[in-house]
Amino acid sequence: MADIEIKDIIKKENLVYSKSKILTDNEMHYCPGCSHGTSHKLVAEVIEEMGIQEKTIGISPVGCSVLAYNYLDIDWQQAAHGRAPALATAAKRLMPDHFVFTYQGDGDLASIGTAEILHACNRGENITVIFVNNAIYGMTGGQMAPTTLIGMPTATSPYGREAALHGFPLKITELIAQLPGVAYVTRQSVHTPAAARKAKKAIRKGFENQEKKIGTSFIEIVSTCSSGWKLSPVASNQWMEEHMFKFYPLGDLKDAERDNEADYKKYIE
Amino acid sequence: MGELKLMKGNEVIAEAAIRYGADGYFGYPITPQSEIMETLMAQKPWETTGMVVLQAESEVASINMLYGGAACGKRVMTSSSSPGLSLMLEGVSYLAGAELPCLLVNVVRGGPGLGTIQPSQADYFQATKGGGHGDYQIIVLAPASVQEMNDFVGLGFDLAFKYRIPSLILSDGVIGQMMEKVEVSDYKPRWTDEEIQKISGSWATTGKTKNRERHIATSLDLQAEKMEEHNHKLQAKYREIEKNEVRYEEFQTDDAEYLLVAYGSSARICQKSVTLLRQKGIKVGLLRPITVWPFPSQRIAELANQVKGMLAVEMSAGQMVMDVKLAVNGKIPVSHFGRYGGVVHSPGEVVEAFEKQFLGGK
Amino acid sequence: MAKVRGAIVVDIEKCKGCGVCVTACPTNVIQLAKQVNGKGYNYAYMENPEACTGCANCALVCPDTVIEVYRVKV
Repeated sequence: MADIEIKDIIKKENLVYSKSKILTDNEMHYCPGCSHGTSHKLVAEVIEEMGIQEKTIGISPVGCSVLAYNYLDIDWQQAAHGRAPALATAAKRLMPDHFVFTYQGDGDLASIGTAEILHACNRGENITVIFVNNAIYGMTGGQMAPTTLIGMPTATSPYGREAALHGFPLKITELIAQLPGVAYVTRQSVHTPAAARKAKKAIRKGFENQEKKIGTSFIEIVSTCSSGWKLSPVASNQWMEEHMFKFYPLGDLKDAERDNEADYKKYIE
Repeated sequence: MGELKLMKGNEVIAEAAIRYGADGYFGYPITPQSEIMETLMAQKPWETTGMVVLQAESEVASINMLYGGAACGKRVMTSSSSPGLSLMLEGVSYLAGAELPCLLVNVVRGGPGLGTIQPSQADYFQATKGGGHGDYQIIVLAPASVQEMNDFVGLGFDLAFKYRIPSLILSDGVIGQMMEKVEVSDYKPRWTDEEIQKISGSWATTGKTKNRERHIATSLDLQAEKMEEHNHKLQAKYREIEKNEVRYEEFQTDDAEYLLVAYGSSARICQKSVTLLRQKGIKVGLLRPITVWPFPSQRIAELANQVKGMLAVEMSAGQMVMDVKLAVNGKIPVSHFGRYGGVVHSPGEVVEAFEKQFLGGK
Repeated sequence: MAKVRGAIVVDIEKCKGCGVCVTACPTNVIQLAKQVNGKGYNYAYMENPEACTGCANCALVCPDTVIEVYRVKV
């Protein structure tokens, strides 16, 4: 045992991690263990580290993260359900030097807002999309989402999702990756320290791509919803690893810059 | 005197927007107003004034692009026709709730449903009674000429920013498709970032600087009491607009014993009807609401003390007539005439309907 | 040989006791308290403070960002 007392460690000069200045002091309304909190934090840290608070506009969705504007100290627009990419399109085109990102859940982005996200990505809008996919509608009480896995019970698929009855889970991120306007598509998670670090790098890359004006950056964060899944936060993380990652495998789906194939440019030329 | 041109109503909307210094147009094609976006795309204002023009994937996306642009303090607009406006109403409610200024244009066609592509005035209720969900109003300007299509672009934007409210130009297929001589406005530069800060700096989402709190464009408040408070504020604003912004035009009302009330292209038809009736010795006048919200209720109530009866003439099954009746409040008979579903009435039909209603079918 | 010692400070009243930090800690420093905070959550605390290296893993995955991390070479 080292001969230093706790009180001598807890000193201002020894502080190595504290809350980002971009996060407000508002207590988050999310359930214990919710991936939204961690995802918010990573976005906040990226904004702080890039020094772009004064130039960042966030677009919040309808869903659990509708109140994201209470937690990140930046200017926000609160969108109608699914329409965040439309707002972002206009904000970015009218203020091209600003950083514009949408923050959307799977109900918002992959169900009601399918048209808006596909077309914004297809136009190659220079925006960053943070897509939090927990395979359920959290805010309305755990109903089936487009991304709900086969067999997964929800409030509106109480006996488990059945393809014949409810259709198949939608891999919208794979669809998005096909679009020539999209520069960067990746699927991450935030449930472990290593995963969170990788996700943060991906988010940072997504924001940096806006400076390069190379098209849309799309970052899916495979997430948990312990209230909707009716599991403890820790058990939710395990369930996610065992089930969600099989259907929604983590990793980059597209990196036009790395692959030196800014696809949309080929179309233009 | 500005430049004189011969233009279609729809074309002049586009021309006026560029000349006014609008920042963005977001729209989706629909007959009978597609010339608006076509003209903008042909003019390429992004190369001259810097105005953004984008063909969106739907009317739903268009109106939400307006929300995104308006929240940045920019002067943004869209245009559509009846079915498209129906699709936009959710977004209009959000814009009204978040108090975001913007300009909408509805070149009305016959309905319901997919209806027809011919002119109609059957979207009056939708335009003037909120249309979408919740207690809200938008300013509604009803042009009766190509000149007013030009003039109301600037007026619509000015009122929108004065009150932080969406403005709607409620046109119809006649005015949109008709060509007339028009004196177009002079070119004005778009607002600079500094001007936007001066005009909308207290609320626009232009990026949170150190010297202010973050700005949030939202229509949400989960606390009912706060939402009621917000509604009180909106209602007070609407009363203010009703007090200040009523616009109308009168035609031969000085000695009138009867009154026609009509807006937009129907008012043009009714001018002729007034002349025809006066040739028969019947003293008829015309009141044309220019703003259909706020509605010229007070003036109509005054005229109810002067005339023996009023006929609301509109290309609908009877919508504006309800507002006329509310204004008259039972004092004198109020009736309605109009062809609808895309059919435009003739001056003679109006005369016939008037005689039948008020002169025992003479 | 330089050794690294760390410590965390949990904002007890803001902690929701989700336990994600407990599993994220590589040296098993953190446990959830038997006591509850004002909201009724079993909050996180350092059960084995001497094992803390100040790696900040717990703070990084804490959804409510209620953990501050301190580190010193001894």
